Amino acid sequence: ILFLLIMLLSPCVLLHAIMCRVSCSYGYAWDANEEYLFKAMVAFAMRRYSSKSTTQISNVLLCNVTDRVSFWFVVTDSTKNVTTVPGSEVEEAVRMNRNRINSAFLLNDKTLQFLKISSTLSPPVEPSTPVWLIVFGVVLCLTVAGIVFLIVSGIQRKNKESSETENLEEKCEVTVTIENGIPCETLDLKAGHINGVYAADDERFTSL
Amino acid sequence: MDVSSLKAVLLEGLATCDVIKCQSPFPEMEKSRPLWDNPLQFVFACISYAVGLGNVWRFPYLCQMYGGGGFLIPYFVMLIVEGMPLLYLELAVGQRMRRGSIGAWRTISPYLCGVGVASVVVSFFLSMYYNVINAWAFWYLFHSFQDPLPWASCPLNSNRTGYEAECERTSPTQYFWYRRTLNIAPSLEASGGLQWEQALCLTLAWLVVYLCILRGTESTGKVVYVTASLPYCVLIIYLIRGLTLHGAVNGLIYMFTPKLEQLANPKAWISAATQIFFSLGLGFGSLIAFASYNEPSNNCERHAIVVSLINSATSIFASIVTFSIYGFKATRYAPSLFPRVILLLTNAFDLEEGSLTADNLSAVQAHLAAAHPHAYAELLPQLKNCSLEAELDTAVQGTGLAFIVYSEAIKNMEVSQLYSVLYFSMLLMLGIGSMLGNTAAILTPLTDSKFIATHLPKEVISGLVCLINCVIGLTFTMEAGNYWFDIFNDYAATLSLLLIVLVETIAVCYAYGIRRFEKDLHTMIGHKPSWYWKIMWAFASPLLIISLFIFYITDYILTGTLQYQAWDATQVKVFDYPGYALAVIGLLVAASTMCIPLGALVTFISRRLKRENISTVA
Repeated sequence: ILFLLIMLLSPCVLLHAIMCRVSCSYGYAWDANEEYLFKAMVAFAMRRYSSKSTTQISNVLLCNVTDRVSFWFVVTDSTKNVTTVPGSEVEEAVRMNRNRINSAFLLNDKTLQFLKISSTLSPPVEPSTPVWLIVFGVVLCLTVAGIVFLIVSGIQRKNKESSETENLEEKCEVTVTIENGIPCETLDLKAGHINGVYAADDERFTSL
Repeated sequence: MDVSSLKAVLLEGLATCDVIKCQSPFPEMEKSRPLWDNPLQFVFACISYAVGLGNVWRFPYLCQMYGGGGFLIPYFVMLIVEGMPLLYLELAVGQRMRRGSIGAWRTISPYLCGVGVASVVVSFFLSMYYNVINAWAFWYLFHSFQDPLPWASCPLNSNRTGYEAECERTSPTQYFWYRRTLNIAPSLEASGGLQWEQALCLTLAWLVVYLCILRGTESTGKVVYVTASLPYCVLIIYLIRGLTLHGAVNGLIYMFTPKLEQLANPKAWISAATQIFFSLGLGFGSLIAFASYNEPSNNCERHAIVVSLINSATSIFASIVTFSIYGFKATRYAPSLFPRVILLLTNAFDLEEGSLTADNLSAVQAHLAAAHPHAYAELLPQLKNCSLEAELDTAVQGTGLAFIVYSEAIKNMEVSQLYSVLYFSMLLMLGIGSMLGNTAAILTPLTDSKFIATHLPKEVISGLVCLINCVIGLTFTMEAGNYWFDIFNDYAATLSLLLIVLVETIAVCYAYGIRRFEKDLHTMIGHKPSWYWKIMWAFASPLLIISLFIFYITDYILTGTLQYQAWDATQVKVFDYPGYALAVIGLLVAASTMCIPLGALVTFISRRLKRENISTVA
């Protein structure tokens, strides 16, 4: 009996043990019946994976069951002298049948966690051209069109203006203000403020 | 009357003639200067320029750090002492001289042409890095059209067994910002390559800016109608949405309860002064450029008061929106921390399901800490403090606030795509409005200079400026680009602007003469400025700027080495700047500040040479 006890306890220390945890918000009632179902599901998974019908419910050993509802389990191989099945095989088996195991307990990947076995998430749908490039292209085309339009209309306006000013300049040449027979531009109107003749020799005049 | 007195009368008449000719506001030989279509365009342009991203992402942070509602007191004091007078001064100078910054200061005194050049250099640095923000806003805007927003959830990792590791450790919004947008390098030295997506967005941003400034005031005048008004529409929508969000009131109460003891902290007053100063965009030459396109009889006093009040009101408005968003985020996030902590503890210590609740959490935590100290200590980093106050205390500013915190809040709203599009369009409008002012500050002196204007048409000058800035701006799209951005953001404009505005104020008050300035204003507006303006210009503002200047210099000296914050895939780390980065910082500051004495020196030397030439010839 001591030997059996040791055999029961020691598997959990081995590397091949996998931890399982129920993490449910409403509190999952875990009892011996649920444990039995769990063992049955793991045995079922092992059978489907290795397709040999030798795994029995008694081959699945649970240990360290806590109130949290977390425990370790191993699968032994009764054909090979009570050795444990490598953890990688068990992992693979559980991963393949994860859906069935979850459904048996009415849980899902998040609430029934196998700590070394990660679930495959479905990728989001991505369109072939990223959406942002499309919007970018639209805005770019609008901006470039606006720039081209403004530049072209600016050039056209300048051409029209330069032809108009040429006409005006021709007309302007005719009208030149004339004062006293002398065109205004030659008269330096500002210099007329001081008559240089008088400013130079004011010393000659006697003060009054 | 004797001839000498006659001569005296004549000479006096000539002297007044000279004065009139020199100070004529309508120089005869000038080709007609383009004007704003109506004064409203000018006001909108100033508002669009002054109300920028700083109002949205800096003021709420300052409010939070320096005492909530109590911060408004130093803010308004500084507005009255510093903001309004300096704004009025710049607008008046621009309107009076009817030239860009270089021409205007040269007219006031030929030795001051260096001030104008310094303004242009600072504006050039600013436009180099500022448009990168618009590129980021475009990037986020384009991504807002996707059905689940890309920052709503983490992407899957390569073998699809879980989420991307980096994203798991931080959060989807941080991941999207640091990895998908910036693809940030872990430090400044690891430059990394160019991000082609960001480069495309930057090119687009420059094309849009070029489109708006292409025709000068004609095109800018129409664009500012949109860039000035759209942000307010969006802010109103967000205000209504924000106030109706669950938990918004918590944020608002937290913000507006004044913590008056902060008023004793000198940093609060200094931050208020700095914020007013930089928020109005003084010293760049943009305000001078805008005002130079005004009718000479425009009432710039009224406009100055209106623009500065609207700028401050917008800051407060934006911080109300920001704090309701903070409250919403905190109220949503803090309670969700409880289940996470409970799960963590339950798993770690194998406790019974349901034994830990929010009520007994703290008691059980204490018990566990006593019973299993070692295991508990290992878990401690992950057990964050989940209280509402702790959430609200995390103050964020800058790009972190605009792109991480806000997008976090947006993804939790219903119809998140719509709110996202609205928000990033608003950021874009704010950014482009400020860019219009910056480019006007660079282009107006260039187009005023006869040498350049006769050889190249306006469109080509604008195009060249945009092209040069775009090419240099590509450095900020590299992997380490965000660190260079921070360098430019922190050092390119701060000290130089203080110096420029100080020299401007002293020049107008003491070199040009406050009496002459008064008379000019009387000619333009119709009444002389009141004693309040004169006291502020002559004493209060220069003293304030000098004290700010001294504070900054002592701060730089006391902190010793300059440091920066780097992101290394999970958290922020602080490093020292390497040598070449420090050299760039020094260059940035020196390039603009040295222009002022250099300009004076060059003018002095050229005048001496001219006088010698005249004396040798005559």
